[in-house]
Amino acid sequence: MIRFSWVQFRVQAAVAAVALAAFAVILAATGPHLFHLYDTSGVATCQARADCVSLASSLVSRIPGFYTTMYFLGTGILFAVPLLIGAFWGAPLITREFETGTVRLAWTQGVTRGRWLTAKLAVVGLGAMATAGLFSLLLTWWAGPLDTATALKENNSITFIRLGFVLFATRDITPIGYAAFAFALGVTAGILIRRTIPAMAVTLAVFAAVQIAWPVWVRAHLITPAQTVVALTAADTANLAQGPGNTVMVNPPSLPRLSGSWILNFRTIEGAGHAFNVATVPACVARNANVGVCQAALGPLHLRDVIAYQPASRFWAFQWYETGIFVALAVALAGFCCWWIQRRRLS
Amino acid sequence: MIEFQLDETSGVATYLQLVQQVHQALRLGMLEPGEQLPTAQQVVARLAINPNTVLKAYRDLEREGLVRARPGRGTFVTGSLPRTDPDTQARYLEAMTDWLRSARAAGLCPDDIEAIYRTAFRACFAEGAA
Amino acid sequence: MTAVIETTGLGKQYGRKWALRDCALAIPGGHVVGLVGPNGAGKTTLLHMAVGLVTPTCGTIRVLGEPPAAGPALLERVGFVAQDTPVYPRMSVGGHLRFGAWLNPDWDSGLARRRIEQVGLDPRQRAGSLSGGERAQLALTLALAKRPELLVLDEPVASLDPLARRDFLRALMEAVAEHGLSVVLSSHLVGDLERVCDYLVVLVASRVRLAGEVAALRASHYRLSGPRRDPGTLPASQEIIEESHTDKQSTFLVRTDGPVHDPAWTVTPVGLEDLVLAYMSRADDAAARRPRLGVVS
Repeated sequence: MIRFSWVQFRVQAAVAAVALAAFAVILAATGPHLFHLYDTSGVATCQARADCVSLASSLVSRIPGFYTTMYFLGTGILFAVPLLIGAFWGAPLITREFETGTVRLAWTQGVTRGRWLTAKLAVVGLGAMATAGLFSLLLTWWAGPLDTATALKENNSITFIRLGFVLFATRDITPIGYAAFAFALGVTAGILIRRTIPAMAVTLAVFAAVQIAWPVWVRAHLITPAQTVVALTAADTANLAQGPGNTVMVNPPSLPRLSGSWILNFRTIEGAGHAFNVATVPACVARNANVGVCQAALGPLHLRDVIAYQPASRFWAFQWYETGIFVALAVALAGFCCWWIQRRRLS
Repeated sequence: MIEFQLDETSGVATYLQLVQQVHQALRLGMLEPGEQLPTAQQVVARLAINPNTVLKAYRDLEREGLVRARPGRGTFVTGSLPRTDPDTQARYLEAMTDWLRSARAAGLCPDDIEAIYRTAFRACFAEGAA
Repeated sequence: MTAVIETTGLGKQYGRKWALRDCALAIPGGHVVGLVGPNGAGKTTLLHMAVGLVTPTCGTIRVLGEPPAAGPALLERVGFVAQDTPVYPRMSVGGHLRFGAWLNPDWDSGLARRRIEQVGLDPRQRAGSLSGGERAQLALTLALAKRPELLVLDEPVASLDPLARRDFLRALMEAVAEHGLSVVLSSHLVGDLERVCDYLVVLVASRVRLAGEVAALRASHYRLSGPRRDPGTLPASQEIIEESHTDKQSTFLVRTDGPVHDPAWTVTPVGLEDLVLAYMSRADDAAARRPRLGVVS
């Protein structure tokens, strides 16, 4: 049954192999030059913060447009790979046999349905994980320098740090977990819905929903966030921002020790520890308040920011947790499918 | 070796057609004692019929004492159909012809005669199935 | 002879509609069983339940003494050729044989190869480009090469031309002669039955109307034709299956265990095809309660 599953999977595997090969060729051709640019830019060895930012900016501006396009395209591909695997490898795995009627041939041979499904799940599931893993391996290797430089240039904004939404999902090992999960999701949708197009649609919708909701609802809380308190200087208080409700907060300054960290939330407190209420500072709420007067009024309040964050050093812990959870979910879905298919018949 | 035919339109059961064809062959001398009948496999390959039908026909023939099945070797003709001697046949042919002439003289038409004949024949030989 | 398929009170309901109802059968082994009925009568449902593709709504079914598809051992002993003979279109003929070998422990690859050669199929040809007759032969090979005790076929020849149909039945009968397997074969075409089947089940409107050995059925059914008669005057031992009347003549198709003595009747045997049609239309009439042709009241 393993051999037969491989025979049925051959065409899809070939498509994946060709895509991987093309990807590898382009990245291999452009990689060395990119690394050369990075090595000679001085970004790797820079010490002072201001230096690093300017060096990074100059590096990024020197990178040819094609490479930048490849960078974004590559990241896009890594987002797409698990989705496509779920829709095109997962959903049709079983529905194709239902729709063509070959399930009546497959289920009347000398193997039980459980073994039939397990073999298919194992062969294609492992293929899915390998494919996603290889794509990720290639991109992570190639995009490393550019990732570092961009993060520096953009001042560690959430979009560009490794722990951020974009890079976390498209580098290192998380795509492997996503591919396994998307695949299992597709197979489950196929087994329950029994028709290919609806199953593909449901797989895409559910997977996308999970990917969107996951980082904020689950990932942020996988490890208890760290906390730090930052004293705000007069210069910092110029950087006011609207907080939840109608409160006013002070944006935390960028700190070297928080570089690359994922800031989850913060609140501004004053002196004794109460939440800062700007309404108590008439100089700042007056209709035509003067910035200088407002800042002077805030000084004696000893404003501080309490920041909850995930340190950059936790990156690999998060990667393993996330991959592990998604693979576990995939296995659970696979188990459900095997149980379901033994229990229920054609109708 | 005899080759069987099948007439699907005749309404006669398949196995009976095989039996009748063996009878016919014996009567005409196309089959002689000691000759082998086609195996079930050979008949099936030619006619695409149920092999049990062939076996049933051969069993009936064996009951009539005309053939004998030798396990592993085939079915062979052992007997022959009792041939009534030609004189007896001639006598009855003459009696029949006389009867027909007198029936015709009495005014019976051919269809009447045939109906009478069939009724009498049936009653005499009490046909059950087919 | 032990029963290969035994059912008691078997039924299958889809939504509000019963595809099969009150099915009680004891199909003996060593026979070629014909399952006949119009389209939608429930034949496919019954066969799918026998091979474990469908679960019954009520009642029980046992195949070779065990619940259908009870495990790999039973799956091996029962071969199935589904309606429209599904195959994997992009896989070659040889690939299908390998598929059979991988999925069936007791696969007879010599038999499979011989049959493919005999039929004249090219092992490298893709199954999707085979003709209907060739596909049917491939499906039959796949089912036979696992050496089953029971072979179940769902309308295998319905969409084949007459020559392909004859070839298929010939191949099937040769396999029966060679291996002595039991066969259950469904069809909505009554014509081929007499050649091939020695046990008959007639299924109409989701119920079994008739079941028995062909020889016994022929021996117990007669066509009686004679002067016009009220059906009530027939003895109770003669069950009327079909009747038609003109102003002077009545014809009855009856089922009876004893001989027919009444001299007023012209008694003729009933061909299998007429017999099946009579039972099929009887069920139909009972359901529809419509007047039959030829009745002059």
